[in-house]
Amino acid sequence: MPAEQASPVFIARGLTKVYRMGEVEVQALRGIDLTLYRGELVVLLGPSGSGKSTLLNILGGLDAPSGGEVYYLDHKLTGASEADLTRFRREHVGFVFQFYNLIPSLTARENVAAVTEIAESPMRPEDALALVGLGSRLDHFPAQLSGGEQQRVAIARAVAKNPAVLLCDEPTGALDSATGVVVLEVLEKVNRELGTLTVLITHNAGIADMADRVIRLSDGHIADIRSNAVKKSAHELSW
Amino acid sequence: MRALDLKLFRDLWHMRGQVLAIAAVIMGGVATMVMSLSTYDSLTTTRDRFYGEYRFAEVFAGLKRAPEPVAERLAAIPGVEVLETRVKAGVKLEVEGFSDPITGLILSLPDTGEAQLNRVHLKRGRNVQPWSADEVVLSDTFADAHRFQPGDRLAAIIHGKKKTLTVVGVAVSPEYVYQIAPGSMFPDFKRYGVLWMGRSALAAAYDMEGAFNDVSLTLARDAREQDVIDRVDAVLAAYGGTGAYGREDQFSNRFLSEELKQLQTMATVFPAIFLGVAAFLLNIVLSRLIALQRDQIAILKAFGYSYFAIGSHYVKLVLLMAVLGVAAGLALGAWFGQGLAHVYTETTFRFPYLDYQLRPVVALIALAVAAFAAVSGTLVSVMRAVRLPPAEGMRPEMPVAYRTSLVERLGLARWLAAPSRMVLRHIGRHPLKSLLTVLGIACACGLMMVGNYQKGAIDFMVDVQFRQASREDLGLAFIEPTSGRALHELAALPGVDHVEGFRDVPAILRFGQYRHRAAIFGIQPEGQLHRSLDSALQPVAVPPGGVVLTDHLANEILHVKPGDLLTVEVLEGSRPVLQVPVLGITKQYLGVSAYMQQDSLNELMREGNTVSGAYLAVQPGTEARLYADLHERPRVLGMVANKSAIQSFYATIGEFILFYNLVATLLAGAIGFGVVYNSARIALSERGRELASLRVLGFTRGEIAYILLGELALLTLAAIPVGFVVGVALVGILVVAFQSELYRLPLLLTPENYAMGAAVVIVSALLSGLLLWHRLGRLDLVAVLKTRE
Ligand SMILES: Nc1ncnc2c1ncn2[C@@H]1O[C@H](COP(=O)(O)OP(=O)(O)OP(=O)(O)O)[C@@H](O)[C@H]1O
Ligand SMILES: [Mg+2]
Repeated sequence: MPAEQASPVFIARGLTKVYRMGEVEVQALRGIDLTLYRGELVVLLGPSGSGKSTLLNILGGLDAPSGGEVYYLDHKLTGASEADLTRFRREHVGFVFQFYNLIPSLTARENVAAVTEIAESPMRPEDALALVGLGSRLDHFPAQLSGGEQQRVAIARAVAKNPAVLLCDEPTGALDSATGVVVLEVLEKVNRELGTLTVLITHNAGIADMADRVIRLSDGHIADIRSNAVKKSAHELSW
Repeated sequence: MRALDLKLFRDLWHMRGQVLAIAAVIMGGVATMVMSLSTYDSLTTTRDRFYGEYRFAEVFAGLKRAPEPVAERLAAIPGVEVLETRVKAGVKLEVEGFSDPITGLILSLPDTGEAQLNRVHLKRGRNVQPWSADEVVLSDTFADAHRFQPGDRLAAIIHGKKKTLTVVGVAVSPEYVYQIAPGSMFPDFKRYGVLWMGRSALAAAYDMEGAFNDVSLTLARDAREQDVIDRVDAVLAAYGGTGAYGREDQFSNRFLSEELKQLQTMATVFPAIFLGVAAFLLNIVLSRLIALQRDQIAILKAFGYSYFAIGSHYVKLVLLMAVLGVAAGLALGAWFGQGLAHVYTETTFRFPYLDYQLRPVVALIALAVAAFAAVSGTLVSVMRAVRLPPAEGMRPEMPVAYRTSLVERLGLARWLAAPSRMVLRHIGRHPLKSLLTVLGIACACGLMMVGNYQKGAIDFMVDVQFRQASREDLGLAFIEPTSGRALHELAALPGVDHVEGFRDVPAILRFGQYRHRAAIFGIQPEGQLHRSLDSALQPVAVPPGGVVLTDHLANEILHVKPGDLLTVEVLEGSRPVLQVPVLGITKQYLGVSAYMQQDSLNELMREGNTVSGAYLAVQPGTEARLYADLHERPRVLGMVANKSAIQSFYATIGEFILFYNLVATLLAGAIGFGVVYNSARIALSERGRELASLRVLGFTRGEIAYILLGELALLTLAAIPVGFVVGVALVGILVVAFQSELYRLPLLLTPENYAMGAAVVIVSALLSGLLLWHRLGRLDLVAVLKTRE
């Protein structure tokens, strides 16, 4: 989708993030300028430690930058109150975390329900889980699932509320190629059918082929942004 | 069901061990409160009902003797509603097979019909038949102590003449709910009895025909008590009146009120301490428990759950625990409360029935305190977790830079293996957490010390009273004040080592607006038997020409200091009103007293060497013979043997104290265990991952147990001395709160108190250690590898 015609969803200007640990300072982001558009599927690439998760967390209102500004539509996220950020996440954002972060005392179905219960027009948790191929493991606890299965529950949980923005931190990191494709197809479908802006972090350059745009981070900077002239569909991918 | 609620129940179930331990802490606090308050409420309600139903009089007066027509003049006093005269005789009693001296009091009952005032409640048998000559009703304490049944016989020496009496009934009376022989410190049911007898029979035996020597009355609705008292005194002055007095000076009622006041203090202070400490512990435990959930809080936040939703989720979690504890505490407290109320009515106070009362407001207070403690502890932690940006919350807590511990820096590192270093560094890295754990365990230790403090304190008070101050073996009272020469006869009796006379004069002591009705005791300045003690508990001589007051009487009741002039309204003889200087203040734990030199008191009373009674030191083994000799002497009215007084004290009050001790100990134990176990369990949760990783690396179960339990052991040991300090402080609160006319507790803790405090902590730690050892065996190593971090 040509970027000029679409409306911007996220606008980030001069984002920096510094982690201070005693005397040591870690510059996780060193000035990021970025605009993300409605309906886009964006892949974030970059070496480990380059700041991908940090950027995603800031966009999702999970973390505050040390400097710069972020806008979601006409809301300014930087400096917003906690209550506003909470409402923003609740109404607009679906997350898939790098470390799944399931609630250990809830089953797969209940983990999804925990999100759908507070969403406005969610899917049924069972449908969301069926979407990621876990229709038969509804009542299993996280500890009874493999790492990849846990990750799929996390994805079902993120898409189940039909969010406007889907932020995924290595959603296929723990999956084999075939399962990974299933998951990506889900994301692709949500992106295409609902026009959900989807940001996807991956280490897998192959996945970048399904994106509208590929943003490469390096040491807290944007190294380059590339638009794919031709998008591959998820089932064409393999790794 | 909503997903969060499911999480709630799963979490509760998962933590069930801890939930129970936390509930135990709350239960301990609540049960103490419910027990004490419900006992107090029950006794108060029962007393009020008993007083009302059995027409307890409002003004009482004693006199030497007045002809019956005087009663009409008394009844005509404005403000008098109902007035009744009686004959009241101090007697000696003889019970077959019991050789100790028994003092008795016989009260007359109307020859026909029921008494107007101070009615007795028959527990067994029947009332005295009209005009019967020898039938008596016994007070139930005395009857029970000697196992009297209707039909049994006993003898009384009335006015020097022996009379055989037949028991027809056993009763309690609102006038004698608390029974204690005059001049005695403690109730002694075997050696003091109250009896009721037909008026004509008693009057005949006591030489009171057509006359009376006791008046009681109730007041009209808007009568002023003091006005009526003054008028009654005016009428009775000509008949040897010893001063009318209201309920507040009525002996049984005064003790009952004082005891109830004590109980009320106990019902406030004890639960406040228990519940306060429990609340503090709850707060610590829950805030740590919730802190463990910080990553889950972060996820919920990332989903867009509001502060309120997250906060109320955890509030619900802890409220469920609190409610569980409160419910258990209510049940246990009610059970203990009934037990305690019964112990009370069996040992100290005699009521015909007991209305057990558990006011809903007591339960509500318990619930409110527990809920507040739980919720505040929780919210602090939830707030802290919620305030973190979710991205940070989801990451494991940042590893703070570990430093070498002090021990290591002192160069002792060589001697410590890696696990020991881990223990020390972990404590050093979480100083606040370690401190709170130590404080929590210390509180448990302190509670235990408070719980069983009383026994040692009472032993001490009894020791001071009977081995240092009142050292006589036997105190005896004459029928009326007698020449000091009578003492020579006593000294000549076989078995008597030493005799000291005393003069006691009933009086009202006044200073400014303060007053106290008591007796002034004239004792021997250099007495060996009955002595005053200074603040260091050393005997001090009473100086001539004034009074010496015991500390509580001087400081708290009359508010006088040495040098002040005390107004003394004597209630005997010509009833002079005198100004007497206060010369000093002495130490006394039990009761309150005013002392003078006997000579000075005689002078004040404008009489020669006169005594009211004598203190005797008796050669061991000669008591039975001596008692018999004294019993034969018509001038000797009553005797109190110290040894048996102490024994009876331990048999009665002791039972009550033991019960309370046992309960307090159990509850303190429950609280102690709850705290120690929770501290250990939370430590395991906090470090489970680390320990499992070590297991993966090849550490043995013993080695990781050493790391975890070593820390627990170290903190427990550190907590014990702190706990001793807490215990002393808590006891200090008790001592201040419990000051009353009946007794003042000493700030004294015995080695057993310390041992018990330490024991509860150590035993709890060992038990918790054992439970943890089992848990360590089931540490899920695979889960550690599978999940994040
Ligand atoms: N809480 C933190 N405290 C200190 N430094 C942090 C923290 N979180 C991230 N960092 C540092 O910030 C930098 C960026 O981290 P980030 O997690 O964004 O990297 P990433 O690109 O997602 O890497 P990966 O692909 O390995 O997940 C890293 O150097 C990381 O060590
Ligand atoms: Mg990352």
